[in-house]
Amino acid sequence: MATVSMRGVRKSYGGALEVIQGIDMEIADGEFIVIVGPSGCGKSTLLRMVAGLEKITGGEIAIDSRVVNNLEPKDRDIAMVFQNYALYPHMSVYENMSYGLRIRGMSKTEIDERVKRAAGILEIGQYLDRKPRQLSGGQRQRVAMGRAIVREPKAFLFDEPLSNLDAKLRVQMRVEIKKLQRQLGVTSIYVTHDQVEAMTMADRLIVMNKGVAEQIGTPIEVYAAPSTLFVAGFIGSPAMNFLETRVSSDGRLAIDGAALSPKTGLDPGRAVTVGIRPEHLATGGGLDVQVELVELLGADTLVHGRLSDGKSLVVRLPGNQVPTAGDRLPVQAYDGAWHLFDTETGKRLGTA
Amino acid sequence: MVENRPWLTAFSHLVVILGVLIIAFPVWMTFVASTHDASTMLRSPVPLLPGPYLIQNYKEILFQGYARTSGIPLTIALMNSMIMALGICIGKILISITAAFAIVYFRFPFRMAAFWAIFVTLMLPVEVRIVPTYGVVAGLGMINSYSGLIIPLIASATATFLFRQFFLSVPDELAEASRVDGAGPMRFFVDILLPMSRTTIAALFVIQFIYGWNQYLWPLLVTNHESFYTAVMVVARQATAVDATPSWNLIMAAAMLAMLPPVLVVVFMQRQFVRGLVETEK
Amino acid sequence: MEKRVTFDEKTLPYLLVLPQIVITLVFFFWPSAQMIWQSMLLEDAFGGNTRFVWFENFAHLFQDPAYYRSAAITAVFSGAVAVLGLALSLLLAVMADRVIKGATAYKAFLVWPYAVAPAVVGVLWGFLFNPSVGIVAWALRNLFGYEFNYVLNGGQALVLVVFAAVWSQISYNFLFFLAGLQSIPRSLIEAAAIDGAGPGRRFWTIIFPLLSPTGFFLLVVNVIYAFFGTFGVVDALTKGGPAKATEILVFKVYNDGFRGQDLGGSAAQSAILMAIVILLTVVQFRFIERKVHY
Ligand SMILES: Nc1ncnc2c1ncn2[C@@H]1O[C@H](COP(=O)(O)OP(=O)(O)O)[C@@H](O)[C@H]1O
Ligand SMILES: [Mg+2]
Repeated sequence: MATVSMRGVRKSYGGALEVIQGIDMEIADGEFIVIVGPSGCGKSTLLRMVAGLEKITGGEIAIDSRVVNNLEPKDRDIAMVFQNYALYPHMSVYENMSYGLRIRGMSKTEIDERVKRAAGILEIGQYLDRKPRQLSGGQRQRVAMGRAIVREPKAFLFDEPLSNLDAKLRVQMRVEIKKLQRQLGVTSIYVTHDQVEAMTMADRLIVMNKGVAEQIGTPIEVYAAPSTLFVAGFIGSPAMNFLETRVSSDGRLAIDGAALSPKTGLDPGRAVTVGIRPEHLATGGGLDVQVELVELLGADTLVHGRLSDGKSLVVRLPGNQVPTAGDRLPVQAYDGAWHLFDTETGKRLGTA
Repeated sequence: MVENRPWLTAFSHLVVILGVLIIAFPVWMTFVASTHDASTMLRSPVPLLPGPYLIQNYKEILFQGYARTSGIPLTIALMNSMIMALGICIGKILISITAAFAIVYFRFPFRMAAFWAIFVTLMLPVEVRIVPTYGVVAGLGMINSYSGLIIPLIASATATFLFRQFFLSVPDELAEASRVDGAGPMRFFVDILLPMSRTTIAALFVIQFIYGWNQYLWPLLVTNHESFYTAVMVVARQATAVDATPSWNLIMAAAMLAMLPPVLVVVFMQRQFVRGLVETEK
Repeated sequence: MEKRVTFDEKTLPYLLVLPQIVITLVFFFWPSAQMIWQSMLLEDAFGGNTRFVWFENFAHLFQDPAYYRSAAITAVFSGAVAVLGLALSLLLAVMADRVIKGATAYKAFLVWPYAVAPAVVGVLWGFLFNPSVGIVAWALRNLFGYEFNYVLNGGQALVLVVFAAVWSQISYNFLFFLAGLQSIPRSLIEAAAIDGAGPGRRFWTIIFPLLSPTGFFLLVVNVIYAFFGTFGVVDALTKGGPAKATEILVFKVYNDGFRGQDLGGSAAQSAILMAIVILLTVVQFRFIERKVHY
């Protein structure tokens, strides 16, 4: 178990383009960190630099305050779980799990003890003699986990370990991985593009975009106070509504032709983008929505509509409120639910 | 087939069976010849059914040989063929698999140069460059030696490409997982890659065994001493020796023995054989 | 296609490619270079003096009627081997493919000739057609009144060499045709049947066009085989005779180089053969590229 530090970590593949543009992060002992972001933003690259599978172009990475930039993966004392599990197809489950231990020259009895213990935790004891191809997707996933656990490493690294599973199994394994990590208390870095996974599993998460960490914080912090437009749009489902506008002379915001918001304290005339989450809108208020489409989710109702100036807006209502398409629906946002961003830089300005 | 036309199906069976019989006929006649005595085989028409001398003929050719051409037992030639075939087989697989491993899993200066150097050998079958290759082998003192029979034939672009193709299809994550598990490159090669290549190796083994066993021109050139002759060579020499009263029974027994090992390999490893044939042509 | 992960070792990769590279250099590149060099040397009759003569050996070849004769024989031989071999194996493959029951059994009975060495094939066919004891020669003489003596008759010798070469190659062609046939989706043939096409029409309008890439590939392979792979058949059967009637190019290289000791001329012939293989190989690769793009 260990701390992991990244200081100004950079990566480029020969060309001018930097895939990782300077990441700073201190991960505490036993913490569960999720790196989340859209496909191609550099999540895997960052994780693989921690693993030692990619060279670090700039900055440094330290595990337990030892700089590991030039260490081979085997000398970093980490274990990794891959998206396609990367189980050795010709080895049995037992051999797969014990391979790393055998290479390290551990005694047979200790290997046996560790494999049996991990198999017990993961409930794969009865499959130890099988080959990976004789297992289901979920079982393979467990074996991949088992291979990491037996090593008793300083840190677990996960690269989208659940994205090859079907939706139901994904939810189940999500809970199990989280529980297991709690139980073992091993520092973990977990990469995913799924923001629900990120929110539910993380102690803290790193929201990445184009090689930059847009925000680092607990799920609640990131949800409640997204630091950029990108984070605001990426975290939360359905996505936050954005309305571009300007601060009017009284310091409020002009939405749909009327100054509706609470006072913002911003300079009049400034270009801002207002973000309001669909779940923070309720019926009865000054915003007039022309209902275009209604999605019934049972517990909730999603209303897709337009303001009179043509901007689209999504509203989440309790399941018992069901407007029909074509209706006019007056809505309002709670105070404190107005997220303000600088339109030009995308940076957070505050809430109102 | 799509519709039921019994006469067409029967006709198809008939054509294929006829084909099988015609293709088997030369070998049948060879077998028949190897079971009669020498004088029977000199009276035309020769018999179409086997005779009683099978064991005697095979014993004679195996342990005494064909006195009219040389008189060294065929067992020696068969052993030479076996050494040559296995040597070519194993040698080719070994040097190809390591070369493919280097080219796929490492980045080093002259990597592409090595790749192309191996690639162009596809275009140079041994028959094309016999005279100068013979010169080189003679210059190295490899005439009448197993190394002379084997080594010049083991460089093979085909096998290297087949392994390269296979390695490229192995997921990157397996190499990464083994690195995280603590394996170095050679350990990964031996523990993971080799066992995973089993089927490819088996397919190549069958094809290369046949290739090695059936070599003719090359052993003809690099051997001039009977103790290094291969079985195929011996059979061809016996059959083409100018002779008024050849012992066809012995010549044909030798021919049967010379074709037996590769035919058995094909028959018993048909799956690997077909796979090897199709894949080496990609 | 390239690997994402690679190992960092500095010397290990060189050690791994070294054996193959050394063998390739010593037994492929060095002899090939020597061959080019030799093809421009002229040795006088007693092997004493050697002169560098540029392309004189080639010029000699192109004025030599014997060379043209050998080239013509090679063309007829390889054409006959390719056409006959492809036609027969296609027939067998189509028939075997029609009978779903038994196709695999038939396959087992048809693949083994591939394993018989070309030189042994020559011996087998020589025995069948042996003028004094060959059963087929006997049958031709006594049942049809036809005298078949390949030892004396050049035309008959060429026919026999073609037969033996085709026999030796038929399993290879058969396997590829059968694989090609079995890869044609059944639904396509069923659709044609529903459209009212009978078996013959289906073959010519659906199966044959879809099989043509395989056929083209096999054509190139068969020509290469007939050029270079048949040395053993010829040597064991006719030794290029009678009166050089079956002396194909590759056999002439061997004859001139090892029997005639005309090293320069033999090397020049080798160089030309090499150009032909390279050409054929390039054609084959072009074709493979096309196949990939399908
Ligand atoms: N070996 C490589 N060479 C060049 N570019 C690469 C390489 N590997 C990844 N990239 C680029 O780096 C970026 C980040 O990739 P990755 O970390 O795999 O993204 P993610 O895991 O977030 O989907 C992508 O734009 C990808 O194209
Ligand atoms: Mg990724």
